[in-house]
Amino acid sequence: MTLLSVTGVSRRFGDVTALDDVSLDIVQGEFFALLGPSGCGKTTLLRVLAGFERPDTGTVTLDGADLLALPAHRRPVNLMFQSYALFPHMTVEKNIAYGLHREGLPKDEIRARVAGVLATIGLPGAAKRRPNQLSGGQRQRVALARAIVKRPRLLLLDEPLSALDKKVRAEMQLELKRLQHEVGITFVVVTHDQEEAMSLADRIAVFSEGRVEQVDAPVSLYRRPRTRFVADFVGANNLFDGVLRDGGVEVPGVGSGPLPCEPPGDLPAGSPVVLSVRPENVRFDDEGPLAGTVMDTSFFGGVSRVAVEVGGLTRPVELTVPGTAPADPGKPVRLSWNPDRAILIGPA
Amino acid sequence: MTAVPKDARTRAAGRARRPRAEPLVLLGPGLLYLLAFLLVPLALVLSYTIFKRGRFGGIVHEATGDNFTRAADPLYLDVLLTSVKLATMTTLLALAIGYPTAYVIARLPARWKTPALVAVVLPFWTNFLIRTYAWIVLLNSEGLVNSALTDLGVIDRPLGLLYTDGAIVTGLLYAYLPLMILPLYSAIERLDPQLAEASANLGAGPARTFLSVTLPLTLPGVLTGCVFVFVPSLGNFVIPELLGGGRTIMVGNLVRDQFLKARDWPFGSVLALSIVAVLIALLTVQAWAARRFSGEGDHA
Ligand SMILES: Nc1ncnc2c1ncn2[C@@H]1O[C@H](COP(=O)(O)OP(=O)(O)O)[C@@H](O)[C@H]1O
Ligand SMILES: [Mg+2]
Repeated sequence: MTLLSVTGVSRRFGDVTALDDVSLDIVQGEFFALLGPSGCGKTTLLRVLAGFERPDTGTVTLDGADLLALPAHRRPVNLMFQSYALFPHMTVEKNIAYGLHREGLPKDEIRARVAGVLATIGLPGAAKRRPNQLSGGQRQRVALARAIVKRPRLLLLDEPLSALDKKVRAEMQLELKRLQHEVGITFVVVTHDQEEAMSLADRIAVFSEGRVEQVDAPVSLYRRPRTRFVADFVGANNLFDGVLRDGGVEVPGVGSGPLPCEPPGDLPAGSPVVLSVRPENVRFDDEGPLAGTVMDTSFFGGVSRVAVEVGGLTRPVELTVPGTAPADPGKPVRLSWNPDRAILIGPA
Repeated sequence: MTAVPKDARTRAAGRARRPRAEPLVLLGPGLLYLLAFLLVPLALVLSYTIFKRGRFGGIVHEATGDNFTRAADPLYLDVLLTSVKLATMTTLLALAIGYPTAYVIARLPARWKTPALVAVVLPFWTNFLIRTYAWIVLLNSEGLVNSALTDLGVIDRPLGLLYTDGAIVTGLLYAYLPLMILPLYSAIERLDPQLAEASANLGAGPARTFLSVTLPLTLPGVLTGCVFVFVPSLGNFVIPELLGGGRTIMVGNLVRDQFLKARDWPFGSVLALSIVAVLIALLTVQAWAARRFSGEGDHA
């Protein structure tokens, strides 16, 4: 069931187009991620949803009702700010209770819910402390608690984990996932970290320069990128710009013949295409169409990354192989891949 | 081998001593200035209060308590009360006008802030007396305000605007409003706009957001502005003289008259000290309130 529907939303700031005809549907109970490089309009979209920014054009509905018609303080949507925006003059407890007081709930219920959410975020002893007496990670948890305690229809989180170091971050990712399961709220998480989006979300919308490039489940996004930007941004990838021919993709000046690719579907021969091959799908093959020289190898415990310089390409071709690298830098090699694993991206 | 070399130890000791010497050097000029131009005169004024007056000013070194008994006269207490009342009215009006003004300026686009602030302090670049005389021109019975109202048919006869409490408050307000706006501006400017957004996001309407978030977090600026306006308003004697027509004399006028006209320095000192006492009480309340509400020093 669709909870939130964003249709044709645009927002310009002077000559910067922060949102360009954005359309999205978010399903009830879903963990949805907005992924994109910094400056691509993710925060602006959250601010439109929270009511701090009016779109120039477009509509937003929540449960079928016009969300844009409501002022910010009447929307059943809570935002966890990128900077947390905790009230510095209030204790942790008062920060969390603030939104509940606004609903006019009885004091007993407020006390119980605040205590409950403090236990959930693992900070039961911090109730009487002020934000400036907490660490970054603790503040982030309080900000999260303040947003979820309201049990909103929709919870927006703006880069909730970006201020944390790697270990705490992995813990909090699990925690977020667990929380979402537990409270059953629809989450929209903004991130510029594709691994974070992949591991957390049910579905991901990839943004670039204010536009939605693709909305898909993490696996489909990885396996079937539909634009060059997505293929490049989500996960490591090898991209070849060429022209579709009968036997594969012809890249001028590269390889001893057309590069193998999946069946082209309804793309006619002669179309300009981008061929996308994941590093784990490239293999050493003495009969392969690509000839090059090993530039660099690195061992990642279990797998190794090998970069191979190929004449005619500006970027080296990357491949991952199990175990240690079978070739040392400087060695001439040939590369190939299974045609099924070489994805065609049609002209944009 | 284990002993610390001697010169290393003395160097360490030298480092430890320095932090104590440096503040003194840096504070020195300021402290000297305060000593020479604030504490010494204040001590002199304080000492004058217990002596008899000289005939042409100055004092006669003969101790007496008369100066204080005289000040307890309802006549003088009344003047002090009136002064506090007028200064309080001025301060509250300045706050009511200054807060929205400062808020709007603080939220202007960056390139409009400086021009707006310059406009606020612009009157300061004109001579104080000229500005005050301008109010006489505006408020007197043939003045601009009265003639405009008469021409518009709002009133038949000119209103007695000049030489009233209202005229004094108007003059004080006009003179000291910038001193309210500037500290408020700096407090509001420093306030993260996202805090108000967070408040709205949690379900608070604009009024609740103002009372629970914006006001408490800008309260230090409010208190500073109030002190900046109240203090010079309380001691002012030029504006009451010119716009009050000498009918409502404020305590500043009394002090001035005792020193310059009646040449009763000891009694003038007592009156001057009464102003200082009111101000000290006020500053104490301000310091307490700033700590209480800004949350500083409250480490539970
Ligand atoms: N209030 C604003 N005024 C002017 N430009 C803005 C404003 N808010 C955002 N922008 C611009 O819009 C673009 C998108 O910003 P934002 O949504 O914050 O990106 P993200 O959150 O993806 O990093 C950026 O180029 C940013 O500079
Ligand atoms: Mg952002």
